[in-house]
Amino acid sequence: MSELVSHLALGFSVAFSLHNLGLAFAGCLVGTLVGVLPGVGPIATITMLLPITFSLEPVGALIMLAGIYYGAQYGGSTTAILVNIPGEVTSVVTTLDGHQMAKQGRAGVALGIAAIGSFFAGCFATLVIAALAVPLTKVALLFGPAEYAALMTAGLAFAVVLARGSILKSIMMVLVGLLLSTVGRDLETGVERMTFGYNAVADGVDFAVLAMGLFGFAEVMRNLEVEQARDVVHKAIGRLLPTRADFRQAAGPVVRGTLLGAVLGILPGNGAVLGPFASYTLEKKIARDPKRFGRGAIEGVAGPEAANNAGAQTSFIPLLTLGIPPNAVMALMVGAMTIHGIAPGPLVMTRNAPLFWGLIVSMWLGNLMLLVINLPLIGVWVRLLKVPYRLLYPAILIFCCIGIYSVNNQSSDVIFTAAFALFGYAASKLGFESAPLLLGYVLGRLLEENLRRALAISRGDLAIFLHRPVSAWLLFTALVVVVVAVLPTIRTRREEVFVE
Amino acid sequence: MRSSLVLLASVLVLPLEGMAAYPERPITFIVPFAAGGPTDVVARIVAENMSKTLGQQLVVENVAGAGGTTGALRCAQATPDGYTIMMGHMGTHGAAPAVYADLKYDPVKDFVPIGMAAGTPILIVAKKSFPAKDLKEFVSYVKANSEKLNEAHAGVGSVSFTTCAFFNSLIGAKPTRVVYRGTGPALNDIVAGQVDYMCDQIVNLVPQIQANSIKAYAVATAQRSPVLPDVPTTKEGGLAEFQVSAWNAIFAPKGTPPEVTKKLSAALQKALADAGTRKRLLDLGADLTDKEAQTPEGLAKLVQSEVARWNKVLKTVAMKEPAPPPK
Repeated sequence: MSELVSHLALGFSVAFSLHNLGLAFAGCLVGTLVGVLPGVGPIATITMLLPITFSLEPVGALIMLAGIYYGAQYGGSTTAILVNIPGEVTSVVTTLDGHQMAKQGRAGVALGIAAIGSFFAGCFATLVIAALAVPLTKVALLFGPAEYAALMTAGLAFAVVLARGSILKSIMMVLVGLLLSTVGRDLETGVERMTFGYNAVADGVDFAVLAMGLFGFAEVMRNLEVEQARDVVHKAIGRLLPTRADFRQAAGPVVRGTLLGAVLGILPGNGAVLGPFASYTLEKKIARDPKRFGRGAIEGVAGPEAANNAGAQTSFIPLLTLGIPPNAVMALMVGAMTIHGIAPGPLVMTRNAPLFWGLIVSMWLGNLMLLVINLPLIGVWVRLLKVPYRLLYPAILIFCCIGIYSVNNQSSDVIFTAAFALFGYAASKLGFESAPLLLGYVLGRLLEENLRRALAISRGDLAIFLHRPVSAWLLFTALVVVVVAVLPTIRTRREEVFVE
Repeated sequence: MRSSLVLLASVLVLPLEGMAAYPERPITFIVPFAAGGPTDVVARIVAENMSKTLGQQLVVENVAGAGGTTGALRCAQATPDGYTIMMGHMGTHGAAPAVYADLKYDPVKDFVPIGMAAGTPILIVAKKSFPAKDLKEFVSYVKANSEKLNEAHAGVGSVSFTTCAFFNSLIGAKPTRVVYRGTGPALNDIVAGQVDYMCDQIVNLVPQIQANSIKAYAVATAQRSPVLPDVPTTKEGGLAEFQVSAWNAIFAPKGTPPEVTKKLSAALQKALADAGTRKRLLDLGADLTDKEAQTPEGLAKLVQSEVARWNKVLKTVAMKEPAPPPK
């Protein structure tokens, strides 16, 4: 305990220098501003801003990059709420209820609860990292290919619960997502699958392309269809900050979301993506009236946002203690560290103690600054919705196009986005939801790769999934989630039949 | 669409050519891999110094995809005016023709070599509990038990895939090759002991070796690496044939004017002579080649020999023996 205090003291002494405070603030601010552009998520933001940090000291550079990361992450939630465009995988869930809240004139409340929930989650996750990073590394190493395959199966089960309408339709969309995830060159053999010889999809469909098309572009089309449809948003801006009742409703989800997100974030195989989905599933299951979800339930924003931020933070654990990046953003952080002459690995903690603890303390600082920056900005963002839609939508489309292009510097990506927009529009007309498709897409690749890896290691023996306790437990959870989700529907259908 | 853009661009550029001194605007420097990887890091370090010499920024543009071949193709098709160059590497300009049957560029004919930047040596590493104390024991153990062993690699066409295919073919081992999306996850499972061994670039491995979380058996270069002085070379370990380096070198599209390529070569060689740049590269564990290999002529020779070597290694041995499909 006293060791922890002295470590944190060291961290505070590093992070609280005027220079580093300024860098943390600058990072958060720039990250928020760039991340709020639809289509520009944390990866694109960090890649764009990486060169700026070259002239800085390593500690300062990392503090600034971490700030950019949180800022961009939070910016992504802002666009998810305001214009129904998820900036990255983890804010897909936020669109479900967040955007509905905005349509009801509660955009300010949604943004506020997202910021405050994220802050709470950030504080908690920072403490987890400071106190438990080292022992938790062992947990991360427990997860082999078999465990990940089982975890992703459990994740797919969440998709069933995610559905707003028909469960059958949502399962169909998950399957389409799974199919899309198999497009591209097969890792093991190098054979191209379902690319039709087209070079642009040789590496598969990019997440940003799919998400921007299905959500961003399709949303614009849906809005243009009804004249003055956005008037609903214009009329009542409503309160900017959540009321006490809102807080009471959101407190439980925030705490549960934080815990879920923090645990999943530790897994080096990008378990963090499941955090918001898991939190949403949990909240919807334990809610007294699950029908409110998808229609602007504050719990559906508070829980996933907290899970998202907690996971974003604890995903630093595999990077800092093992030196192994769990996802693309962390891989970029490794690159940034290497450029600054620091080799991330198990020894960073002892060899670069000031850097390590300074970075951890700056995580907490970054979260505080995000709150300070974002609460006043909520008014500005909400006012954006007052801009007449005929002016707003071309801007959204242009920013989306820039964002998509900036991900891979490929113009074909923009064309693909347009094609997915048509698909997404048609699907929503027919009552199919896009969120389950995205979940299927995200998990499909992880599931397939880990399944094949596990089977390669076991030489084709399926029993590996049951022999390993963690994997067996996860598969059991998946089964329970599906049964619990499907049973009520069967029951209601019976009742309906009875009534008729 | 693209060709008309290129045409437009060339019309815009043509009148300028030969008039003013090159370069008069920023140069696009294509890195065919994601930001943060070993090639990207080498490119950014070299680019910083070259920008100073040339008086114009080299703007790094990461065009990742298909094992680097997407970015290489983009460079091959760019207007050859010196304003688009790329960082090619062992994969894109060596192994690619053997790995990708439908490769749309020729590493020799479609590019003008500018010069070698830096290589990163390849290491053979294994999980901590691997029962062998040196390379000799390792080789004989792998030979004897290869059917029970799992070797990790980062996908067909990656450095770890090609170099370990070479290693396996040299010693006649046939392990199950377990595929990962990138080096990070593969390394994670070596540290955790889920898989047995892998070959990869030194940059990715040094911290794990120093922390004793994995075992290093040999470095595949002529001399020991200064960052890992305790790890013997393959020659010392009795496997002198296993000599590979993941080299990174600068190329321009075919047809780039000689006065332009000369300027670029000179700027590169100046960067590699600069003490600060050298130190940053060496600290990474990178391998700086001798002056002769840094020249365009030296690079041209290397590309030819590498294409021939990987063609032989991958076509005859590795590609015909993929991992047994799960039953």
